[in-house]
Amino acid sequence: MTAAPMLAPVRPAQSRRTGPLGSLYAGNSRAVIGRGLLATRSTSWLIVLSGFFEPIFYLLSLGIGLGAIVGAVTTSTGQSVPYAAYIAPALLAVSAMNGAIFDSTWNVFFKMQYAKLYEGMLATSLGPLDVALGEIFLALLRGGVYAAGFLIVMQVLGLNLAWTAILALPAVLLIAFGFASLGMAITSYLKSFQQMDWITFVMLPMFLFSATFYPLSVYPQAIRVVIEILPLWHGVELVRGLTTGALSLPMLGHVLYFVVMIVVGLTFTTRRLRALFLN
Amino acid sequence: MPSSVITASRLTKKYKEFAAVDGISFEVAPGESFGLLGPNGAGKSTTMRMVGAVSTRTSGELSILGLDPNEHGPEVRSQLGVVPQQDNLDMELRVRDNLIVYGRYFGMSRALCGEKADALLEFAQLSDRAKSKVDDLSGGMKRRLTIARSLMNDPRILLLDEPTTGLDPQARHILWDRLFRLKEQGTTLVLTTHYMDEAEQLCDRLVVVDKGAIMAEGSPAALIRQYSTREVVEVRFGSDRNADVAHEIDGIGDRVEVLPDRILVYTDDGDAVLAEISRRGLEPITSLVRRSSLEDVFLRLTGRSLIE
Repeated sequence: MTAAPMLAPVRPAQSRRTGPLGSLYAGNSRAVIGRGLLATRSTSWLIVLSGFFEPIFYLLSLGIGLGAIVGAVTTSTGQSVPYAAYIAPALLAVSAMNGAIFDSTWNVFFKMQYAKLYEGMLATSLGPLDVALGEIFLALLRGGVYAAGFLIVMQVLGLNLAWTAILALPAVLLIAFGFASLGMAITSYLKSFQQMDWITFVMLPMFLFSATFYPLSVYPQAIRVVIEILPLWHGVELVRGLTTGALSLPMLGHVLYFVVMIVVGLTFTTRRLRALFLN
Repeated sequence: MPSSVITASRLTKKYKEFAAVDGISFEVAPGESFGLLGPNGAGKSTTMRMVGAVSTRTSGELSILGLDPNEHGPEVRSQLGVVPQQDNLDMELRVRDNLIVYGRYFGMSRALCGEKADALLEFAQLSDRAKSKVDDLSGGMKRRLTIARSLMNDPRILLLDEPTTGLDPQARHILWDRLFRLKEQGTTLVLTTHYMDEAEQLCDRLVVVDKGAIMAEGSPAALIRQYSTREVVEVRFGSDRNADVAHEIDGIGDRVEVLPDRILVYTDDGDAVLAEISRRGLEPITSLVRRSSLEDVFLRLTGRSLIE
């Protein structure tokens, strides 16, 4: 005979939040984060590591190899820096983007469509904003870990030209936050794996053309405008300013760009999760 | 203590023009075991989702534990246990972690979660599988784990959407036993099913739902008394002959129902009906006298079987 499961009339702490967030947020994202950390035990560390090494391979092949031929490059602020030091911050921004996007798109898509994870979560006292914030934080964490590792590699290779390089870490977290929230928002609207390919379709050219490997000045004005609208360029410029020490006022604009991206992403994600699971 | 834990009045859910739930009203008393019985697509799951505060109603009134789920979603959900139709266990977590993490979603402390998880694993007869992967569990075990999970927050109401669909008979009986224990402890159960035996086993009171509306309401026994006879005679003459023979059977018993595969004769005395059938020189391939069930009630009310 088994014991009765009711141990004591315990009532869990209840959210009595009111106002517009009352039905959206229970202030318990940490439960979602805790779940994610526990679940990483079952993920393949090979995949995680590959995301870390990808930008390092680029840095070694292009920065060191190609850099020997290219020599020095002039940044958007007019500073002349070695080629490897020019592309390294860009690759740092890219690694943050990749980590955040991988977690917030493929992983989220799977959890939403197949594992029915969010359906289960939203049947509890969690609100959609708890889920969105928790999942985005996890994506951000992965982006942050990649970035910290890459920054160390840069330091070892002597590619951090100023003390402000340390600020690249929070900057990269901001960038990752932006990509993760927008990525999750977009993913929540997608219905099939085919549509997921669109994300790759946008990310690859963005990676190649966002002043990653050469200054934006090589482009005609029209293309330049397109690049400047897309998010990665803002990330690249922000991080490059910090690691090369060429601080400028437009960097505040880049920060603002990501703040807006975060707000827009979170708004749409929350709204969409609510529509999908709490309609 | 309110007199009812769930009050629905003219509850309606429309998807565009289609009314999945069309103005149903019911009440559930504390400690009661209440069933929604109906075929697939009758609106049972939609009703459950509204009661579970994960779907907002189009119109009508709904009160769960005195709260409007549209306004107080998280608070209502914190007092409910939900067993969805399809298991949505966390496949990336092991069995015990599934329970602990779920408790954390309700804001419970780690210590409390661990304590509850162990007690519930025992209740669900899964203690020896605590460290297993969810994928390695059988269908019945997954279902029991889902039920254990739904009890993590000590719910005042347990919502079960087709709890035993797809399980083999043995697994169903184990599950029924567990649910019956919960009922004995005073947990309010609300369940949907399209299995008659399940409804008869577990429900104090039920509503028969079809096309989003309530067709009848009462205890299983009362429904059978009201809509059926004490016994039913099932005779089969072969698919092509049933309809022809039906004329000759006419007049025997209280009522005759001709189905494609068999003829049902409703009566209070099954043996007498069988005797009369053979006196008329009809020789069924198979014959069976059984007690009336909720299936007969449903057939009477809607003119078709529950599982199509």
